[in-house]
Amino acid sequence: MRLIEEATVLEHVAFGGGYRRIVFRAPNISRAAAPGQFVHVRIPQLSREALRRPFSIYRADGDELHVMYKPVGRGTHVMEHAHRGDVYSLIGPLGHGFSAEDRDTLPVCVAGGYGVAPLSFLAKRMRRKGVVFIGARAAPDILCTDDFASVGWDVHVATEDGSLGERGLITDALDRWIATRPAGPTPEIFACGPEGLMRALTLRAEKHGWQAWLSLDRPMGCGIGACLSCVQRLRGPDGKEYWARCCTEGPVFAARELVWEHA
Amino acid sequence: MSKAPDMAVTIAGIRMKNPVLLASGTCGYGPEYADLIDLNALGGITVKGILAVPWEGNTPIRLTETPAGLLNAIGLQNPGMEKFISEYMPFLRRHQTAVIVNIWGRTMEEYGEVAARFDDVEGVHALELNISCPNLKAGGMEFGTDPKTAAQVISLVRKRTRLPLIPKLSPTVHAIAQFARVAEESGADAISLINSVPAMVIDVERRRPVLSNGVGGLTGAAIRPIAVRLVWQAARAVKIPIIGMGGISCGRDALEFLIAGASAVAVGTATFLDPGTALRVVSEIETYLQKHNLASVRDVIGTLEVS
Repeated sequence: MRLIEEATVLEHVAFGGGYRRIVFRAPNISRAAAPGQFVHVRIPQLSREALRRPFSIYRADGDELHVMYKPVGRGTHVMEHAHRGDVYSLIGPLGHGFSAEDRDTLPVCVAGGYGVAPLSFLAKRMRRKGVVFIGARAAPDILCTDDFASVGWDVHVATEDGSLGERGLITDALDRWIATRPAGPTPEIFACGPEGLMRALTLRAEKHGWQAWLSLDRPMGCGIGACLSCVQRLRGPDGKEYWARCCTEGPVFAARELVWEHA
Repeated sequence: MSKAPDMAVTIAGIRMKNPVLLASGTCGYGPEYADLIDLNALGGITVKGILAVPWEGNTPIRLTETPAGLLNAIGLQNPGMEKFISEYMPFLRRHQTAVIVNIWGRTMEEYGEVAARFDDVEGVHALELNISCPNLKAGGMEFGTDPKTAAQVISLVRKRTRLPLIPKLSPTVHAIAQFARVAEESGADAISLINSVPAMVIDVERRRPVLSNGVGGLTGAAIRPIAVRLVWQAARAVKIPIIGMGGISCGRDALEFLIAGASAVAVGTATFLDPGTALRVVSEIETYLQKHNLASVRDVIGTLEVS
């Protein structure tokens, strides 16, 4: 069930690195939200002709719905000026997210930058404890490590400049862990981040025969499956390729179904 | 408080409870928006373009924002008529709203084939004939920019269906009045005006078009004045009713079209921002009619005064 809700801004804080967290009072959407889903946000100060903007849900606690973002485009630069008490129209919870259900696998989350937000929500909702790999350019871009540590997850960090954790790409840290990990349950990957990382994880999941769930980001229009803008090429179980909507069948897809190179 | 104005209109023989529809391509096949708006409160819904067979559409990027609207090149992706009929028509039939099916073909014959297939499908009130999509290399707009070809395709489809026929015309033609007359003479029961306007946005860093298709169709507020002018010119040229569309986001926008001569309007791009736009347009038209002591929405249609 998709809901539309007039949500009041309860809190809006900057927390270093240019990242911000906005907390909405959105009781109906919050209670229906699952990890990996998103909300489609109408930014009231933006022009009447602008589209809504999709944001991953970072946290859904009771009435509160948290979104994490960085001002990078026209919409988020305007949203940066949101104040407590402002009212935003939210549509959500939207899309097909990650499954937090119990399984016999070891959950391995891999995040690039603020792609960590929906994974933090996932770790909170999972009963199992897993391993998380958080990578970014530099120390201020590493977020949410405490979210995982506080629920007993094994946290690995890598930065490209070496200012925090291991130096290098997060996939390097992941590969070292793969090479040296003790025997145990089969890893299952849950990831969100830049497309390059998603492609790299697709290859690793394929190589090891692991299930991997990747959250993708595409330019989005309606957010509810009507406009067919945000499509991603998939290969179904019958081998046939087709366009799936990131807003509806996604944003989380099984890596084994993704078709990255489409002529 | 005066009596609520009569909002009913009859277009191409279809009685609609009010003159506000959802425009093709912006409301999917119906269920997409059903959680968010009451489809029964609409005059009608025009579903996204249907072809005889499933169609893939264009490679992304398919959509980008512009200063006053959207540029899209979806490329008419659709599941094909059989899947549409089996998966979506049962849903649409359960609703008390006019269902207009937008159809297209890659060849003349295919237009006829799709039209004929819908002839005995229960719950379809009319066919909107897309002869003006800017995002298709073969078919689409090439049928709508030459009057002779337009006449041929409309006449051919007319012979294949008893359903009311509503060609959707291109805004790019030199003389819209001529095309409107061609549509009327070829058997159209109404005309939809306008389709999106061919346009382009360039990524200057990459020196490439933003859309993978290169060119797309512009919609939204940017095209509204273009659409109003075309509706006005077409309305003076023909007796059949016109469904006006292009950048409508409030009652006053819709009233421009009605005053210019449209008998109904469709809301498109604005639904993406506010799913309730069409229903708000209905109530804002009602408020206008009450304020101007007009008993019926029909009293405002085609009332433009030009000195």
